[in-house]
Amino acid sequence: MVHVKITEEVITAAALASRVRSDADGAIVSFEGVVRDNNAGKGVSYLEYEAYAEMAEREMAIIGSEAMREYGATNVAIVHRVGRMEIGEVSIAIAVAAPHRREAFAACAYTIDAVKERVPVWKKEQYADGGQWLGSQAEDKGNPALAVLSAEC
Amino acid sequence: MPTKIEPTTDTITIRLLHFAMNREMLGCAEERMTLPAGSAAADAWAQLVARAPKLAKGSRSQMVAINSRYATLDQPLQDGDELAFIPPVSGG
Repeated sequence: MVHVKITEEVITAAALASRVRSDADGAIVSFEGVVRDNNAGKGVSYLEYEAYAEMAEREMAIIGSEAMREYGATNVAIVHRVGRMEIGEVSIAIAVAAPHRREAFAACAYTIDAVKERVPVWKKEQYADGGQWLGSQAEDKGNPALAVLSAEC
Repeated sequence: MPTKIEPTTDTITIRLLHFAMNREMLGCAEERMTLPAGSAAADAWAQLVARAPKLAKGSRSQMVAINSRYATLDQPLQDGDELAFIPPVSGG
């Protein structure tokens, strides 16, 4: 079973753990991504998350299926919160159930890595003196063909 | 400069979604765009960059999604498609 959701509500891994639990599984590994008060040496006041919700849910469902097929998870739940989040709040929660701990740890690690790599969600860090979208400094990733377009304009 | 194209049988009209820094640079989250039939995502991007030149800096890092699925820049668009350029993601 794969459960995914983009939500504006408060989320917890504990709520997801009860969702993935089954009598046949001996291990549940859960993960919470938490808003921290600093990044790259700079103080962070709060974060704003934005998602392409329909596509994000589709991609998270694909990632959950991969965690089952390739890492032996039985059930996977992934919930990402959007909107404004204060320091200490949970931005993403994941819970994975598997027959044994090794599969559960591996499947959970795979899931969060894959989410960060390809699910269309963006975070904007807010500082005392302004804000910045993370990833906006990224270079040489994605489509080289677009560089040609940019040179024309 | 982008030229305004009136819808005809030789054109397609798509729905464009803008996110994160793209949304802020373009000043809107969603719009419709009419393009010549046979246009691809790259053609839509060229129109956007012409309108908001600051977008050009991020050209190399955009991914493309058509109807909520990752796609390629050269994939021909169909009338009614939902197109989104995906700037570098930073979820989690």
